[in-house]
Amino acid sequence: MNGNITGISGPTVSVALKGLRLFERVYVGNAMLTGEVVKLEKERAVVQVYEDTHGLAPDEPVLATGTPLAVSLGPGLLSGIFDGLQRPLERLRQDAGPFIISAKEVYALDRSRQWRFHPLKNKGDALSPGEIIGHVSEGRFSHFITCGSDINGKLSWVADGEINTESPVGILSDGKEISLCQEWPVRVPRPYLRKIAPGQPLVTGQRAIDFLFPFSKGGTAILPGGFGTGKTILEQSVAKFADVDIVVYVGCGERGNEMAEMIEEFKTLKDPWTGSSLMERTVLVINTSNMPVAAREASIYTAVTIAEYYRDMGYHVLLLADSISRWAEALREISSSLEEMPGEEGYPTYLASRISGFIERAGVVETLSGKTGSLSMVLSVSPPGGDFTEPVTQSCLRNTGTFLMLDTSLAHRRHYPAINWFQSYSLYAGELLTYYKDKVSPEWEDVQKGCRDMLQKEEALREVVEIIGIEGIQDQDRLLLHAAEMIRSTFLCQNAYTDDAFSPLEKTLSAVKKILDFYKSAEERLKQGAVLSEILTNTKA
Amino acid sequence: MRLSEHRYRTISSIAGPLLFVQGVFSARIGEVVKVLTPDNRQLDGEVLQITGDTALIEVFAETRGLDLEKTSVVFTDSVRLAPLSPEIIGRVFNGSFVPLDGLPMFIPEKRSPITGLPMNPTARARPEEFIETGLSVIDGLSTLVKGQKLPVFSCSGLPSKEVVAAILRNSRIIKKDALQDINEIADRDSAFIVVFAALGLTFREYSYYMNTLKEMRSGFVAFVNMADEPAMERLLAPRFALTAAEYLAFDKGMDVLVIITDMTNYCDALREVSTAREELPGRRGYPGFMYSDLASLYERAGRIRGMKGSITMLPVLTMPEDDITHPIPDLTGYITEGQIVLSRELHQKGIFPPVDVLPSLSRLMQRGIGKGHTREDHRKVSNLLYKYYARGRDLRRLEAIVGKDGMSEKDRLMLDFADLFEREFVNQEPERRNINETLDAGIKLLKRFSLET
Repeated sequence: MNGNITGISGPTVSVALKGLRLFERVYVGNAMLTGEVVKLEKERAVVQVYEDTHGLAPDEPVLATGTPLAVSLGPGLLSGIFDGLQRPLERLRQDAGPFIISAKEVYALDRSRQWRFHPLKNKGDALSPGEIIGHVSEGRFSHFITCGSDINGKLSWVADGEINTESPVGILSDGKEISLCQEWPVRVPRPYLRKIAPGQPLVTGQRAIDFLFPFSKGGTAILPGGFGTGKTILEQSVAKFADVDIVVYVGCGERGNEMAEMIEEFKTLKDPWTGSSLMERTVLVINTSNMPVAAREASIYTAVTIAEYYRDMGYHVLLLADSISRWAEALREISSSLEEMPGEEGYPTYLASRISGFIERAGVVETLSGKTGSLSMVLSVSPPGGDFTEPVTQSCLRNTGTFLMLDTSLAHRRHYPAINWFQSYSLYAGELLTYYKDKVSPEWEDVQKGCRDMLQKEEALREVVEIIGIEGIQDQDRLLLHAAEMIRSTFLCQNAYTDDAFSPLEKTLSAVKKILDFYKSAEERLKQGAVLSEILTNTKA
Repeated sequence: MRLSEHRYRTISSIAGPLLFVQGVFSARIGEVVKVLTPDNRQLDGEVLQITGDTALIEVFAETRGLDLEKTSVVFTDSVRLAPLSPEIIGRVFNGSFVPLDGLPMFIPEKRSPITGLPMNPTARARPEEFIETGLSVIDGLSTLVKGQKLPVFSCSGLPSKEVVAAILRNSRIIKKDALQDINEIADRDSAFIVVFAALGLTFREYSYYMNTLKEMRSGFVAFVNMADEPAMERLLAPRFALTAAEYLAFDKGMDVLVIITDMTNYCDALREVSTAREELPGRRGYPGFMYSDLASLYERAGRIRGMKGSITMLPVLTMPEDDITHPIPDLTGYITEGQIVLSRELHQKGIFPPVDVLPSLSRLMQRGIGKGHTREDHRKVSNLLYKYYARGRDLRRLEAIVGKDGMSEKDRLMLDFADLFEREFVNQEPERRNINETLDAGIKLLKRFSLET
């Protein structure tokens, strides 16, 4: 179907073309820019263009595709680096040079690559949607090939051996082909059998998170913080060290140099859990702040669909998005160019429902093939002016289980990760406690309580000290302040640039226990009449 | 594609910098137009929006004197291009790329669209080469590296131009092989080409900057929009400047330092246009797309793998009401890789450069310091100085309540440290310190207070 452009305003284009469907993918203009239908009227359709519209003119052609915006799913996604529309950036660079030229259509998966396919089904077997037909090896992972939702019938032929991404892996008796790769519309959650309540921890290697605000597989967390509070560094640390199988990282509207740094690092670093290269388990979706805004809006959907695809193979997948605020801003820009009625702070009124719809794609599920997989999310939020009352933070808060508040004043003291230990919370803490007590140490709960108590008492004492000075308080209290300071500076602080960047659970527990034990024994000695300064100088050595 | 110029005299309405032209055949978004006024002036404009055959034009000049009958609009069938040639070095242009220095226009070697193209993130090289600015507080604690964008957050009345001038005069890139002895490499260091974009500058500031640029031994290109010149031109000037910078860096392999001052004027111009277009205002009236718009400027800094040149950017902005949470510094801080924050308090104490260490930050510092970049002990010295100074600053509040006498010996020591740190480490007018001297000054200070080094 062909039509033409009738009007252009920023990234939105009006087209005269009948028979379009909402959220259908279209190609716009002579340059064939990718767009998505966002509004239909009797005589015109409004298209959101995912690329720079400079140079576009009225009367240029518009081509309908009949399909929604979709991503290609298949082997070869891992260690890939894609933009928000799933164009492979590495190959784009080889073809077009260091700058991104819009409308350069490159297929997401490498079509020439051969894969060794191992069938798990035989000729004559019955297949239903979502069932696994076989697998290929993608790095150290078994990449299971599942049937699409339209597959139902008996297998009349099945592949075995080297095939490429375009060849079928099986043919049904009615002639329908099952392909190695599939397309999936990004805005539609992939189906599963049922959701299961989360109950396993997702160890991040970050002491403050694992110990105080534990995170669970299939759970969701947000990290809001003003600029300079270390959101990106914390996200990247979690991406590096989390005990999951697959990591999907979306750099959504953030800095190019940071992404360059991350790519370089991930290529050299090793996964602490398996010892293999980090990049091998990672998919990067990068739409930096200067790349087109509409593609930024699509980027988190591209990423979550890829994440769901691996979840459906029975893997534990972690999706990290940095930052969800930039996505919301893209949504706002698009909404405003559609001249929609704005809600709070100019954001569209459907912001909250879009956010909750996105976040609910996380969870532990039983897949259609009967495996258990999980999709966890860690989303950073960049509230303007560091003000958490703004709509994006608030919408996210309502839908996520862990809230890690990054504190500007801690960051100014170079206390990283700058997680505020009073404001943050994790709703998973209760559920996970049994696991920690069984698997790590029965003392877990007591030590955790001891640590929280100490930090709380310290806060109260600090207020007193503010008024009467440190000289005015008792030795006991000064000892507590000293121990709390040790917790802050040696336990809660964690340098992302040294070996300390990753801390296993056992080490985490013993580190905090050591401080609490010291405090207990020192308190005892104080009671017996020892001098505080002596206790402190002795421990320093 | 029309491949010809079209002239229309069908303006239907004019509001501020915006014109509606009717009956236009195939205008293009971003197309450059010339507006010919009844009194024969020629103004620059650009197609902003098209609805059917009506085009909305944004004019980058004062629209006073335009009328609906006699004013005509010429569509040029081209997006805005910057003429480029190595001959731009040493020249001064206005915000529309017209020479201001009395010399004739050069013959361009090529023309590039001023909006630029986004750099492929996989093509970027990680910034990690140390730039010595000669200012201890920056080199020591918020180190600048090649390819970084590091803004200066100033307040009205603070000497931001003196700080920038000091950086301009003293900055040098230290080559890796020259690290053995920093003191001996004065003649082997490489200098920057400076691309200077002045947005809404007063004459006083302008002449100060021009004198600084002319005294420098390295070359410069300047794009100047004065305070009394059209605000709309402020949206163009930085794009011309960055297109020139990209050309010098990635076509000619030079290390370019881009100074844009003052970004607050840029954002105000953006707000003016957005309001004229009747767009919904965001925070404090600034448009909702300001983040993306600022990113389209700031993100043009960087290095490319396998290419020689680099773009390092130092935008300067004035925080309205000294408020760092104001949308301009806030959005800037979210895009740039750190910030240098100037403090009124330090300035009043007579400290130059009055850089407040606590909120200042260089995100790319970790990669640019230490062995192979500066000195092995850099990270340690920097962390210690920061730590003790932060503690001293914390204690100042306490001192205000309980007085110095009510404080412990150790706390009093910290207070003294903070004072001396400001007076002897941060303050350094007018001398230049190389990185060895900076670190040694830090160590000396720590030793004086018998603090671990």
